[in-house]
Order: sequence, then structure tokens, then C-alpha cells
Amino acid sequence: MSTEITARRTVAEVLDHVWDNRSTIESRNAYAMMLLALARENPNLMCLTADMNFEDHFALELPRQHVDLGIAEQNLIGVAAGMTVSARPVFANAMSPFAIARAFEQIKIDVAGANLPVKIVGTHAGLASGHYGPTHHSLEDLGAIRMLPHMTVVVPADAWETAQATVAIAEDAGPVYLRLGRQATAPLYQERAPFVLGRASVLRDPGRVLFVATGPHPNLVAARAARELAARGVSAGHLNMHTVKPFDREAVLHASANAEAVVTIEDHRAIGGLGSAVCEVMAEAGGPPVRRIGVPDVHYDLVGGEEFLLHHAGITAENAVAQALDALG
Amino acid sequence: MLTQSPARITARQLALDIRRKVIEMSASPNGVHIGGSLSIADLLAVLYAEVLRDPAGQGPSQDRDHLILSKGQASAALYAVLAATGVIPEAELATYAEEHSRLGGHPMKRLPGVDFSTGALGHGLPLGLGVALAGRRCGHDKRAFVILGDGELQEGSNWEAAMAAAHHGADNLTAIVDRNGWQISGRTDDCMSLEPLTDKWAGFGWRVLPVDGHDHDQIRAALNAPVEPGRPTVVLARTIKARGVPGLENTKRSHSATLDADARSRALAELEGAGA
Repeated sequence: MSTEITARRTVAEVLDHVWDNRSTIESRNAYAMMLLALARENPNLMCLTADMNFEDHFALELPRQHVDLGIAEQNLIGVAAGMTVSARPVFANAMSPFAIARAFEQIKIDVAGANLPVKIVGTHAGLASGHYGPTHHSLEDLGAIRMLPHMTVVVPADAWETAQATVAIAEDAGPVYLRLGRQATAPLYQERAPFVLGRASVLRDPGRVLFVATGPHPNLVAARAARELAARGVSAGHLNMHTVKPFDREAVLHASANAEAVVTIEDHRAIGGLGSAVCEVMAEAGGPPVRRIGVPDVHYDLVGGEEFLLHHAGITAENAVAQALDALG
Repeated sequence: MLTQSPARITARQLALDIRRKVIEMSASPNGVHIGGSLSIADLLAVLYAEVLRDPAGQGPSQDRDHLILSKGQASAALYAVLAATGVIPEAELATYAEEHSRLGGHPMKRLPGVDFSTGALGHGLPLGLGVALAGRRCGHDKRAFVILGDGELQEGSNWEAAMAAAHHGADNLTAIVDRNGWQISGRTDDCMSLEPLTDKWAGFGWRVLPVDGHDHDQIRAALNAPVEPGRPTVVLARTIKARGVPGLENTKRSHSATLDADARSRALAELEGAGA
């Protein structure tokens, strides 16, 4: 892991490498490579971790810019906020289930409320560490964080988007939550599409149905569902909402203007996250009916791989097609 | 040393001034945390009159000190210091806790001299550690001083920060514990025992300097003690809640109170008489 992350030196080299290896590279490694490249260029960039194993790459090369705070997420966030008096940006790395839920008050007051350039990067998000069980699932983080003023919330769909998003959030002046999974997922892009923070990506032009998805698996589900509907003669658009906040309202309104149904897909609870954000826009501006696909409002003591749990929650192309057809009537 | 004060003021004068102003602010119908504000008056006085370098960040240099009032409920004492040292207008103190006031029941970041909003307990020590570490890493000569309540030590995040500060050798970090022995529900050690507090901090790897938190010589000696390389310092300041107003001293009711005109005149008279 160490050499894979340290070998590419510049931001441009990392982008090339990630693009060339986009089908095998893990998003969290694409992020780690890019963070190191950015830190080489900016001696005031700090990388804080809560026992996240940056010791064998980042800390070896740039020890002055790295602090491991141990398994202590509340302290991690507070220290990150305090560091901004001298350093910026400050990246705070932890596992998302603990970074967000356990340190929520620190994020609310010390980071979001204070509008400081702290970039909270949470790995193992959604159901990514399904086999570890529900203590390690992060299914409330989007809902919780998007309620906080000033926060930008980014959920890249693949390694390529992750590498670009890392550059974008480092340049952004405010607080950010970057939500990453654990394993490599299939690449979503056929070409080196540019990434613009806060601007949704149109992956398929608008049709009778609009799929709006965030994150790796949900976007793959949306892409497959749209293809299957097209095969049945039903046109379907696909928006990748990689930035959940600030929410690209115009993109959703534009893509749904002539649609008869909108289906949202996320690896997060069906309440509070992307689906709720889309419903808020539709309720305020008027629009077609919305169906939300996400994890139901129950606590599962359920263990299994990510794919198994996604299937169990109905986050599948089959369900997306069924929901779309049902909504069309 | 204080560099931004328009006129030099002694710690003795400043302490008396803080106490007078806190008592005046206790006219607020919303109540003032008078007991916990008066218990830190001497600590703040020595810090602002003699120790802190540009605590309000008014100078051009990044080489400066940061004071974080983690026990933010004692905001009245901090506002009194900021007024006495010319950071905010003295007349503004009359707006304490009023609508649109910059002076809330807990300090807010936009006020000059307040680097971080505080009051939710258990935030200040991690913030101070961040200030101290980043100063070192970015080549700034920064020191962080964090005033903690003793009841506040019941929040676990303090101990996360205590462990990390010693581990990372943050010797430019000083925690000051206002050990006044009270919290909302009564005596701190009845609610959740903290002793042996010296051993706890020492066990986490800190240099522990116990002082009488109303004795300026002891406070001065502790805050000016030569740095012990690689070790953060905690000043355990034994204090009296509502110190300086004998009628209120060491009482549960002094936690948060509104004093009417009579009570305020009595308190001011007691203050002058006690020579606190």
C-alpha cells in the first residue's frame, strides 16, 4: 500500500495514475495519494488521523504535517479546528461512523459553526464495512452533516471522482465532509470528465424517469436501471449528485422538468439524506412524484458483505426499475 | 507580557475591576454565572496583566498567545477583561445577554479576543492542543492557555486531549483548572468525584502545578515557570466560587443569578470591604 500511494509525486501524476487504474484502485487510496501530492505542494496543509494507518506513507515522508491522535474522534475534530489558527487546510481522517456520529457536537460548534477549513474525511461510509456489523455502518451521516450551516458534503462515485474531489475541497475555503467507501468499485466515467464542486454530473440525459444517485453503488444501480428501462422503451435520465450540499437545485429541476417520476438512490437511510434533499426541492418548486430508495428506518443487527446488505435494503437496479415503473403507473 | 493594552493595569487592579464589572452585569434578568466568573477573576487578571502576549490578536505577528475559556459560562469575567484592556468598549458590557448583543451567556467567536466559541463543555482542551501543535508545525511561537471548569472534567473529551497533549509533547499548552468545587447540582465531588486530581493529570504525563487560585504570587509563579521540555502544564487552581462577595461565596445559588440593585450594592460594598 505504501509504494502505491507514495510513487506518484504531483497532482497531475496522481490524476493520470488514478484515471489509468480507475477500475482497480480504491477510492480511499486515490484520496491518500492525492492528499500526499497536495501536502507536498502546501507545507501548511495538515493531515490528522484517528488511527487510520497513514504512518507508512504520509507520516514517513511528511512527519511535520501529520499528527495521529489515536482512537479519539472528538479530540481529532477539536484539534483540527484549533490547528486552523496556523495551518490550512486541515484534513481530519477517521472512519465515518465514528467521525460523524461521535464527534457531532465538535463538528457543529468547532468546525461548521466556526466556518473553518477543516476537511473531515470519513472512510467505511454507508454499508461499506457491512461484515463488521451495524456499529460500523454509517447511515445517518449525510442527514446529520447536511443540517449544519457552512458544511459542504461530497460523496464521490469512484476513484477518479475522488481524486478530483480531493483537489477541489483542498482549494475550498470552508468546512467539508468527504464521504468514502472501503473497496474499489466499478468506474462510472468513460472519459476524464471534470469535477465541479456543487455541480451535479449528468450521466444520462433526461427522460420520462429521472434517477438521482449519490456514491459508488447507488450510481452503478442508477446506471443499470436506466439502461434496463431504455431496453424496455422507457427513457430515463441519470444525475450523479456527488455534492449533497450545497445542493444543485437547478440541475435537479432542469433534469426533472419533463420527467413523470423521480427515483432517488443512496446507501444511507431513506430519510434525511439525498432523497430528502430532492423531496425538499420538489415540494418547494413543484415537480413529479419522488420515490426514495435507501436503507429503511429500522436498526438491523445484520451482518454481511456490502452487496448483500445493499440487496437486503432494496438498493438494487431491479428495485429501481420497479419503483420507476410503478410511479409511471 | 500584555502588549495591546492602552494603559498598563496591574493584576491587582484588574482583578478588582473584573469583579466589579461581573457584579454590575449580574443585573441581567437572564442571570450571570456569577460564582464561576468571580472564581476565575484572579487567574484572568494575572494572565491578561502579566502573561499573555497579544491575546486578542490585534498585532501583526502570528507569534502570540491564545486564551480559550473552555468553561464558557464564565463569559462575564472574560467580557470584563476585554473591556478593561480596551479590546471592546466598556459601555458594551451593559448589553450583556440582550437581543443582538455580542456578549452572550457563552462567548462567541466573532467577538475580538475570542478565537473559538465555547460553552459546550469539553471542547476547549482539544482546541488548545490544536493551537499549540499547529504553532509548532507551522513555525509560529504560539502558546495556548485553556481555562477549564472542574465540573467540566467530567466530559471525556478532556482526557482524550490530555492523553494526546502529553504524547505529542505539547509543552506550549497550559491548562488551568478552576477547582471551585461546584456545579449546577451541587458540590462537584458529590456529583462525580474528581480526586485525586493531581494524580490523574500526572498520570496522563502532565506537569502539575497546584496553586491557590486567588494568590497572585502563586498564580504568577506557576504561569511563568520555565517550560519543562516535552511536557504540557496544568495549573490546578484551588478557588472559591463567587470569591469576593462573602454572602455568595461557596454557595450553590451563586452558579447563575440575577442580583437586584440592592444586592448589587451590597455585593460591591462587600467586595471593597473584603479587599479581594
